[in-house]
Amino acid sequence: MLLSPVALHIPDGFLTLIVSLIFWVVTLVMIGFSISKTNKSLGEKQIPLMGIMAAFIFAAQMLNFPVAGGTSGHFLGGALAAIVLGPWAGILVMTAVIAVQGFLFQDGGLLVMGANIFNMGILTAAIGFGLYRTVSNRNTTLRLTVAGVAAWLATMGAALFTSLQLWLSSTSRLEIVVPTMLGVHALIGVGEAIITVAAMAFIERTRPDLLSAEKSAVSGGRGWIYAGIP
Amino acid sequence: MDLRGHPLISLLVVLLAPLASGDPDGLERVAEDIGFLDAGMSAPYEILPDYSIPFIGETGFSTVLAGIVGALVVLGILILVGRSLRVSSES
Repeated sequence: MLLSPVALHIPDGFLTLIVSLIFWVVTLVMIGFSISKTNKSLGEKQIPLMGIMAAFIFAAQMLNFPVAGGTSGHFLGGALAAIVLGPWAGILVMTAVIAVQGFLFQDGGLLVMGANIFNMGILTAAIGFGLYRTVSNRNTTLRLTVAGVAAWLATMGAALFTSLQLWLSSTSRLEIVVPTMLGVHALIGVGEAIITVAAMAFIERTRPDLLSAEKSAVSGGRGWIYAGIP
Repeated sequence: MDLRGHPLISLLVVLLAPLASGDPDGLERVAEDIGFLDAGMSAPYEILPDYSIPFIGETGFSTVLAGIVGALVVLGILILVGRSLRVSSES
């Protein structure tokens, strides 16, 4: 099959009702936080950027790339979104992408959508932004390196949480699902890191102000510092 | 704000989508190997299943078209959400 991207988020049925509901609650609370943190603080210039980032992440998630042994992986984008837009705007972007995939494209279940948004949007944004902010004022090489490592870790974090949810749902045993998921996603995470670093290098060349806290504050570009964790 | 070219990148990426690997992805592979793939239920309804436009079928063109629709929908949602959250003094 060459013509059909098969991005598979967690489908309904993999997780029990209670696990699904717990992650819906956590996710809704985090979306609420994201809205209140970004409310009245989004600059005019950041809005089209959020839209473009969402469109890019949606498109890039369709591009399943082959990893070892007849398995594919796809970009998640949560780390990239949070690094460029700040964690709260990043979470909103990821929520929109995953919701549209579930509602419109039947990719990812509806009951488990809270878990999908948490794993691929919230956790990845937290890991990506959390690590990147420690070097956000340093030189380009270091920033891109840390962004790549953060993207890999974000993928592993998403895989780990998916494993834990599968275990809590008694869908699989912990000692089997964790190493299997992490093993596959260690490779997929390399793809995530490459795409994240490539996208950031591109932004660095064309819009360096977006990736620098100081410059964006001075130029009024309202980068992530406005929407970032205080 | 210079955004020239940036929206076109998403279009470029969508045009590559027909070349995407059709192999099972990480989670699907694991579900198959461990044996819980059958636990997955199909969606209660279908609008654009498998990233294709149903009445065109599963062709590369259909995938590209579905990708464009999806990218535009998320773009639109973020613009609408963003506008409602913008700085009040700038509105």
